[in-house]
Amino acid sequence: MLGKTAGGLYWMFRYLERSENTARLAEAGFRIALTHSSVAEDEWKSIISTTGQKKAFTERHDSYTSENVVDFLLRDTSHPASVMSMIEAARSNARLVRTALTREVWEATNECCITLRTLLAQPLPDRDLPAALRTIRQQSALVRGALHGTMLRNEIFNFARLGTFIERAESTARILDVKYYVLLPSVSFVGSSLDTVQWETILRSVSAATAYRQVHGSDPAPLNIADFLIFDRRMPRSLAFCRSQINENLAYLAADYGVRSPSLNLSEAMSTRMGEQSIDGVFEQGLHQFIQDFIRENNTLGQKIEEDFRFNG
Amino acid sequence: MKTDSRFFDEMYGDGSGQRPPYAEYGAWLDGEDVQRLHRMSGEAETFFRRTGITFNVYGEPAAAERLIPFDVVPRIIAAREWDRLVKGIEQRVRAINAFLHDIYHQQEIIKAGRVPAELIARNEAYLPEMAGFSPPGNIYTHIVGTDLVRTGPDEFFVLEDNARTPSGVSYMLENRETMLQLFPELFSRIPVKGVQTYPATLHRALCASAPRMASGEPVVAILTPGIHNSAYYEHSFLADQMGVHLVEGQDLRIVDGRVAMRTTRGYTPIDVLYRRIDDEYLDPLTFNPDSLLGVPGIMDIYRAGGITITNAPGTGIADDKAIYSYMPEIVEFYTGQPALLKNVETYRCSEPDMLAYVLENLAELVVKEVHGSGGYGMLVGPAASKAELEAFEAKLRARPGNYIAQPTLALSTVPILSKEGLAPRHVDLRPYVIVSPKGIEVTPGGLTRVALKEGSLVVNSSQGGGTKDTWVLED
Repeated sequence: MLGKTAGGLYWMFRYLERSENTARLAEAGFRIALTHSSVAEDEWKSIISTTGQKKAFTERHDSYTSENVVDFLLRDTSHPASVMSMIEAARSNARLVRTALTREVWEATNECCITLRTLLAQPLPDRDLPAALRTIRQQSALVRGALHGTMLRNEIFNFARLGTFIERAESTARILDVKYYVLLPSVSFVGSSLDTVQWETILRSVSAATAYRQVHGSDPAPLNIADFLIFDRRMPRSLAFCRSQINENLAYLAADYGVRSPSLNLSEAMSTRMGEQSIDGVFEQGLHQFIQDFIRENNTLGQKIEEDFRFNG
Repeated sequence: MKTDSRFFDEMYGDGSGQRPPYAEYGAWLDGEDVQRLHRMSGEAETFFRRTGITFNVYGEPAAAERLIPFDVVPRIIAAREWDRLVKGIEQRVRAINAFLHDIYHQQEIIKAGRVPAELIARNEAYLPEMAGFSPPGNIYTHIVGTDLVRTGPDEFFVLEDNARTPSGVSYMLENRETMLQLFPELFSRIPVKGVQTYPATLHRALCASAPRMASGEPVVAILTPGIHNSAYYEHSFLADQMGVHLVEGQDLRIVDGRVAMRTTRGYTPIDVLYRRIDDEYLDPLTFNPDSLLGVPGIMDIYRAGGITITNAPGTGIADDKAIYSYMPEIVEFYTGQPALLKNVETYRCSEPDMLAYVLENLAELVVKEVHGSGGYGMLVGPAASKAELEAFEAKLRARPGNYIAQPTLALSTVPILSKEGLAPRHVDLRPYVIVSPKGIEVTPGGLTRVALKEGSLVVNSSQGGGTKDTWVLED
């Protein structure tokens, strides 16, 4: 396969994943704004930090109102981090790698883009937002469904999945990075109502409120939340889950090509180190430091994959 | 439908009744509800949009992708009519390849005084780099899209030879796909020849044109300028249908005397490159030094037999509009037979007496740029205003050698489904020809372009034209 094609697939699925994560952040923020209006502005602010777009946002808006943030996160195509911009970028990459995709995956991506262009053409008033977010979620689910249902499990699929999980790992880590302080045990042993709101946002931002309850019961506790998001391999957005998926896909490529890539070595070394750690150890060592290290290593791994498989020459 | 007596209508002839190729379709149409046809028309648009069959219009933002309107009434050609066309096209394509080989070798046709030497020597499309070089099988143009127009039951003319990089074949295939989905019942009722073998035939022809250095199953790739090119959809479509690589210049470099593409496992040599970029951009070391679309050094590898480029560089010398006027002589010179397909009478404005005639009769003529394409920069005399005529006259006087003129042809019409029901519109026809060392194949069908505006003679998609499915009937 062409290096450019591998790169196009990888980025197509990074953009799709990122757009989904951004929509999910908007959904979590909107929910908080409705139920706890007193903390809404802070929550919107931290959501913008999570996306890494503080500068772009303040250049465009004076205040963190629901209206401004939702518009910025979903519709605004004057910056590359809105859902609409990312879906356009995903489609553009899909056109680039059209020959590697099944007709179903291409058409689902194309239709997702066409649908969102109409959906996001006008500003979204609060009353239309839930339906719009639902449509965004459904459209990305259709693309994912087409990928899983119609694509051969070969190198094409592996590069698509690598893009998905490098991006997802970064996204979950960023949520933890911005919110780490509310998970610190020192804040309070029994969460104040404000803490509960914050914890809820974290779980909602990774669509895991229900899953968490199934595993840990209905009382959110910071240690359990952190453990769930970092180490729980049953949870499809946890750091450990992403790590294992990245290993698996790099290992498939190694078997297919008959060569172990340096990125597989790096990835496995990172997993081994993670496997030796526990949530208590992480809190001892410092949650913030741990997350920062993880983000940096994940970036290095992403760059290594681009190099090993000659995405850019 | 009311036909216009000045023009030949392919469905209704002179208006006295349906012509035989349309009999069965007409019978089906009589039983159809116009509302349903309109609904189908809407579905066709949805199908094209969902599939992403779009083109980009130059001069509009890069993101602006547009659909070419599709008309649901097919254009139908009888087997007997088609066979005649095929013979004429094959003859012409054979002559073009022989002409190119001659021009880049002995230049017998110039020595014989049949084509003026300066027309070749001073032509931008002539590449000195090709002189003395013979591509595999002496084939220069592998992929041709001959533009034809019709003016009567037996009157066909060649309008352009399109021997460089003809586009539109994806529309031939997708239009048929659309018709099969929308009107399956028609295809069980009417015996229409298939067009779907085109990608496989093209792939075989490209493989058969592999260069000396190729070993094993030839590696074929399509070279595209990238996703912003107006025909990108077609490039990716063909690569997909043939199962070959779709590459850009930045994916390629010279490795060990071969043109190689950057894969996830390293560089792999390419044997046959179906390029969809112009000669000028092919090799910055040989041609335009600013080109980022091509491959530095590819011309050296090509001449050394390390890769086959289709169509061959320098092919443009055969489909230049000034050369066009010599095609009857060219066909006769190389095949020993008079040309089966007619040329449109052409006035070369570079010649003073012809220029005088053109200026005198501008309002009745069509004037085209010698190197132009896509319907840009042309004048349709009968449709032009007084001011437009005057402006064009000035351009003609300033650079007469840049133009040729032709009489305005009474192009045939085929009905389209308009808001008011069936209405006649002018059409042309581009059949697709594939040439390999093993022979010439003309796919039964082609791209019918239709001027959707009432009375318009310009069918180019960039000028508001649409397309139709083209049916060639079984005997």
